[in-house]
Amino acid sequence: MSNLILAAGDPLYVFGVNLAVFIIAALKVLVAFGALMGCVTLMIWFERKVISDMQSRIGPNRWGPFGLLQTLADGIKLFFKEDLIPAQADRFTFKLAPYLALIPALITFSIVPVGGTVTVAHHTFLLQVADPPIGILLLLAMSGLSVYGVILAGWSSGSKYPLISSVRASAQMISYEAALGMTVVTVVLATGSLSTHDIVTSQAHGVWHWNLIRLGIVPFVLFLISITAELNRPPFDVVEAESELVGGFHTEYSSIRFALFFLAEFMNTITMSAVMVTLFFGGPAGYVPNIPHIQWVFPILWFLGKTTLFCFAYVWFRAALPRFRYDQLMDLGWKRLIPLSLAWMLLVAGFIISPAWGFALAALSLVASTFLTRAFDIGLNREAGPDSVLPTVGERPLPPYILRKLTDGDDQ
Amino acid sequence: MIAMTTTWPDLIVFIAAAAMAVIGALGIITYRNPVHSALSLILTLLGVAIAFLEQEAHFLAAVQVIVYCGAIVVLFLFVIMFLGVDNQEDVTIEPLVAQRPMAYASVVVTMVGILAMLSRGGWSTGAQVATGASPSGAENVQAVGSAVFTTYLFAFEATAALLIIAVVGAVLLARRDRTGESISEGADA
Repeated sequence: MSNLILAAGDPLYVFGVNLAVFIIAALKVLVAFGALMGCVTLMIWFERKVISDMQSRIGPNRWGPFGLLQTLADGIKLFFKEDLIPAQADRFTFKLAPYLALIPALITFSIVPVGGTVTVAHHTFLLQVADPPIGILLLLAMSGLSVYGVILAGWSSGSKYPLISSVRASAQMISYEAALGMTVVTVVLATGSLSTHDIVTSQAHGVWHWNLIRLGIVPFVLFLISITAELNRPPFDVVEAESELVGGFHTEYSSIRFALFFLAEFMNTITMSAVMVTLFFGGPAGYVPNIPHIQWVFPILWFLGKTTLFCFAYVWFRAALPRFRYDQLMDLGWKRLIPLSLAWMLLVAGFIISPAWGFALAALSLVASTFLTRAFDIGLNREAGPDSVLPTVGERPLPPYILRKLTDGDDQ
Repeated sequence: MIAMTTTWPDLIVFIAAAAMAVIGALGIITYRNPVHSALSLILTLLGVAIAFLEQEAHFLAAVQVIVYCGAIVVLFLFVIMFLGVDNQEDVTIEPLVAQRPMAYASVVVTMVGILAMLSRGGWSTGAQVATGASPSGAENVQAVGSAVFTTYLFAFEATAALLIIAVVGAVLLARRDRTGESISEGADA
């Protein structure tokens, strides 16, 4: 039986496939794809509606009940718009980029456990598209690949603002991936397995076993911040900052390619909400009433409810938080998140071995963070000049009063 | 050799992965545009990742994609775009004088080495032998982890130290070339 579950959960590594297993795998892919597309349509509507509520506007309300079909109308409109490719564009890369953005978003969802196990006609299978041995590492791999959509779109447009957006995207990506990876390692340490199925089942015994509480709140907060940065969602959307870069990487895109970028972005938002629920909120875990035959429905409902909560949180971020400046973004990533995630990972690893090790590593982290704070302090207050604390290495940005003198000097 | 140890799906996956890697490698050296070369490099790295997967080295495959495709090539692209060298480079001027003959020499040495090792046998590709039979990913991770932190601990620590030294050196070199004098000059202006 366990072999069967493995085979059904893992269509990539099966030898001796029988037809039923194949059909189950194919159906799971189809259903997941359809459901995800439907959710994206709803998510776009949801985001527009919630944002307009928060801004005291009405929002889309013409097409269908509550404006639900607005997204469909927009999709049809985008399909029939003229598709432009700039003369300066690198044509092949320009056409390739939207798909590079979309495909990782689709693949990541395949490792999310949507519910428990279901038995249909003597075949028991997991409600998740795939349970590969690398498990949650697939998330990191795909989030690593998804940045190519943005980078290549910006570069291939042959235009200045999109290129700036590309450079920002690549820098931001590298800065936040380390913190993201370290936080995932913390979860994996506590679970003892990479598989998302195991991560969820290890949290199944009540709220106190959720990784959110079991690991302390810090890994969750770190993960939330760094995954928002990976998504390029507000407040980390310097990549498509409308007020500075027109639209960033997708400035030169039109028609269906433009739509594909937005599809990818909203799909990523949903997928990352689902991943967050999987890693820290027990996935489909929750109260299941003892009603025969439909018991398998309740985990799915729990999962959907928790995921919707995070989708709402993302919309909320967008409505409430101003965009980070580029240097603030880098400061937060390198100076705060990476050291903190590293220290917390050591802490969790120490306490898993024994309390003594845990306290030793906590003390060590404290000492290290004192040194780090001192180093930041010196770096921040470093003055370039003969009286400075450190010997001069490099040029500080000009102080405002000198800049003002330089720029306004010509008038006087 | 290959026919003895592999089934036909193995062979198909191996051929596909090898084709990806070789086509990507050819692309890296033939494309004039550095961004296209970087894209070909991604293709090669993904091909190698598939080859790892096929030999049941799941963890190595994941790390290959995360580190090389997800971070290192992104860094390459960052530098290419930041420096604005996305146009065709003039390759007629040699910045390092002897680099072409040395490149040919190192290619010959590498090829002879690989062929010598292959001719002595004991190597097979496409079969699940490289990492031994390891049924699940968790054991895969455990095997890699215990190897890195016990048997090869010295090499691991030495690599880590080397990387740190390289980072510190790069920071020092990058910050040295300008002095703080220009600020006071700016203030006087």
